[in-house]
Amino acid sequence: MTAPLLSTDRLVKRYGGLVATDNVSIDVVPGEIHALIGPNGAGKTTLVGQLTGNVTPDSGTIRFAGHDVTRLKTHARVALGLARSFQITSVLREFTALENVALAVQAHAGHSFRFLRDARSDESLRGPARTLLEEVGLGSRADAPAAALSHGEQRQLEIAMALAGDPQLLLLDEPMAGMGAEESQRMIGFLRALKGRRAMLLIEHDMDAVFQLADRITVLVYGRAIASGPPAEIRANPDVRQAYLGEETA
Amino acid sequence: MDYLLLQMLNGVQLGLLMFLLAAGLTLTFGIMDLVNLAHGSLYMMGAYIAWTLIGWTDSFVIGAILTVPATFLLGLVVEAVVARRLYARDHLDQVLATFGLILFFNELVRVIWGPAGKSIAVPQFLNHTVEILPGMPYPAYRFAIIVVGAAVAVLLAWLVARTRVGMLIRAGASNRRMIGALGVNIELLFSLVFGLGAVFAGLAGLMAAPITSVKIGMGDDILILAFVIIVIGGIGSIKGAFIAAMVVGQIDIVGRAFLPDLLKTFMSNAAASTAAPAISQVLVYVVMAGVLVWRPTGLFGQRT
Amino acid sequence: MIAALRTPRGLVTVLVLVVLAVLPLLTQAFDQRYLLSIGTKIVIWSIAAVSLNMILGYGGMVSFGHAVFFGIGGYAVGILSAHGVSSGWIQWPVALLAATLWAALVGALSLRTRGLYFIMITLAFAQLVYYVGGGLEAYGADDGLNISRSRFPGVIDLRNKASFYWLCFVLLCGTLWFCSRFANSRFGYVIRGAKSNDLRMTALGFPVFRYRLAAFTISGAFGGLAGILLANEGAYISPAMMSWVKSGDLIVIVVLGGMGTLFGPLYGTIAFFVLEESLPPLLDLGRKGWGEYWQIVFGPMLVLIALYARGGIDSLFGRRR
Repeated sequence: MTAPLLSTDRLVKRYGGLVATDNVSIDVVPGEIHALIGPNGAGKTTLVGQLTGNVTPDSGTIRFAGHDVTRLKTHARVALGLARSFQITSVLREFTALENVALAVQAHAGHSFRFLRDARSDESLRGPARTLLEEVGLGSRADAPAAALSHGEQRQLEIAMALAGDPQLLLLDEPMAGMGAEESQRMIGFLRALKGRRAMLLIEHDMDAVFQLADRITVLVYGRAIASGPPAEIRANPDVRQAYLGEETA
Repeated sequence: MDYLLLQMLNGVQLGLLMFLLAAGLTLTFGIMDLVNLAHGSLYMMGAYIAWTLIGWTDSFVIGAILTVPATFLLGLVVEAVVARRLYARDHLDQVLATFGLILFFNELVRVIWGPAGKSIAVPQFLNHTVEILPGMPYPAYRFAIIVVGAAVAVLLAWLVARTRVGMLIRAGASNRRMIGALGVNIELLFSLVFGLGAVFAGLAGLMAAPITSVKIGMGDDILILAFVIIVIGGIGSIKGAFIAAMVVGQIDIVGRAFLPDLLKTFMSNAAASTAAPAISQVLVYVVMAGVLVWRPTGLFGQRT
Repeated sequence: MIAALRTPRGLVTVLVLVVLAVLPLLTQAFDQRYLLSIGTKIVIWSIAAVSLNMILGYGGMVSFGHAVFFGIGGYAVGILSAHGVSSGWIQWPVALLAATLWAALVGALSLRTRGLYFIMITLAFAQLVYYVGGGLEAYGADDGLNISRSRFPGVIDLRNKASFYWLCFVLLCGTLWFCSRFANSRFGYVIRGAKSNDLRMTALGFPVFRYRLAAFTISGAFGGLAGILLANEGAYISPAMMSWVKSGDLIVIVVLGGMGTLFGPLYGTIAFFVLEESLPPLLDLGRKGWGEYWQIVFGPMLVLIALYARGGIDSLFGRRR
């Protein structure tokens, strides 16, 4: 197995008496889709927060791309190539789709303490942004305000923003949440097309999507990773069936 | 030593007055998410209404008692006409609209009561001194403020900690959506809390009147101080407001009382007596800035 | 310029700027010197309003202490002048530097907070300076201090009302030009993006705090410029120029004109001063003596604006873009 791109070592985060993540150690190797599943309250959100830098772990370490990033601020992690999408759609609603992605491109184009040049005509931002929009299938909606996009389109836009700056790892927080069956299927197809080029950590409730896409699956229950392995193994794991899949099949 | 103790008592007295003002402010913000700059106007209106009522009834006590329902009514009107429409708005709208209310009330007072200030005399039965410690006289009226202020603080603490309304208030301050889920008549609760805040503000204005004077804009500067208090204490926290009010009261009074002498050791008398009140005011803001840098949501505010 | 005339917004903008540019000629022609003094105040306050709009309108940072920069700019000029340093070449850079440094310090401390806490901490820092000003016995304490105007020998005489007005106007144009760059540059996009959704901006990899701090500092510098001009306008400084009510007025002006629009603060300032000057005589028409109470009308107007007219004056000229 190749050296992991992202690895956590015994991450612990407590909120009062509640242990939100209890010695969680997971890793993601280059090119794979690693899915993280678990019932509500399993600690997925807390884990994502620790990976992105919004939540500071009480103990344990996070390594990414050869660096210890445990104490690094969010923007510094992004600079190393860790991009995310949000569970609740998070786009800049007052800007157009193109402006949203252009800002994402700008985030990776050095500092933004530039006052004089008009960013609206800056092709070094708009060009790559247009390409990314095409890539996620939003090319025709470039000039629509983000607030006017459909829910599915906003999720696509989010992915386009995450892809700017060519991240090594995409952290996808429930990309299928709130999507209809058809939209979900399109998103699955799209993620599959991206697969291999970028590593992804996929947090998802939609089991169909997870089993279609993931190379490996880790199951989180009550803050602990109770199982980790290829889909077939997870499907067969009795602990998982009891703790988690049980409620789905019952 | 006696002098220090006296000044500290004055600090407690100011702190309690400030607490009355801050309590309403912190509740309206904690529960309704409303930045109410016009809270100081309610303080001013309380003082003016009391002046009129005391004049009519020719009795401080009756006038003061009548001021309570009057300010409650005023609070309900302000809530129904303006404040209610602002709860769901962002802070900027609230700042703007309640800033407008300040202008309105200041001018209204000028129209009704005229531009000259008024004064309320210390009531006869309190116009003497009491011996709080052997050989230490203290003005009875100021002592009465401390007693009434402390009583109201205890009442409020009891109300919030022990009653059903208080339970709702606490629930609302920590989680606004929750009270909705409890199936409570929110509009009524909001009106009630706003009215209560107005009563406290009015009461503070009434009690302060015989010590300071009743004048236009009297609520403006003190409002800022009340905001400083709720910010230091943590917005929505009654306990925080109480502690912060006590601290601010001490800084203000003790600073005013002792800084001049301290400053006179190295500057001229005139400069020292101008600088001292300024420095004690400045100190209050320095404390606030320090607290916020240390804890960005105040001493007892909710962590995000 | 010609293309701008085709839209109502462009037409109004050009008209307003042209009238402002020739105002001294107009007031001279109609012998209305008082109007020139109001015009000068409008131009100076517009500079402050544009600078507040940079953080309030574009950045969503509700600073309730912007008038402090009037005070810092003004006091720097006044204090130097009181000590015999009358050259504007020294006074103005020192005043700008003071305003910039103070803005950087306040920004660094207060941008850690959010919401009401930010509103109040910016107010608190402004009050702090306000009380310091009131405590400076040597500089007039609460009563303020008459000062002599900055000197630029051989370049411009600020005692000449018309020259001073034109200097202010040119500086306003410069401020507007900078603001238009500010808003549409890469920097401006970061600031505006952070207003819309700062969590998202952080996740994209922007160290939002730094950009906000830079914006706050720049805004303070332009506010300081307005303070320098204000002190020179009246040849007078006092703590009253930085009272919290003035900070409130500035917020009112920006919202009244249209937040996050280039010319909104200018329209807002004009509207504010026109209301202040015209409401009293209008009310006096109703009944003699009512004019004195004009704020009883103005206050509720603010309430209505906050409730129903958030787009401000700028939105009357049609949608932007």
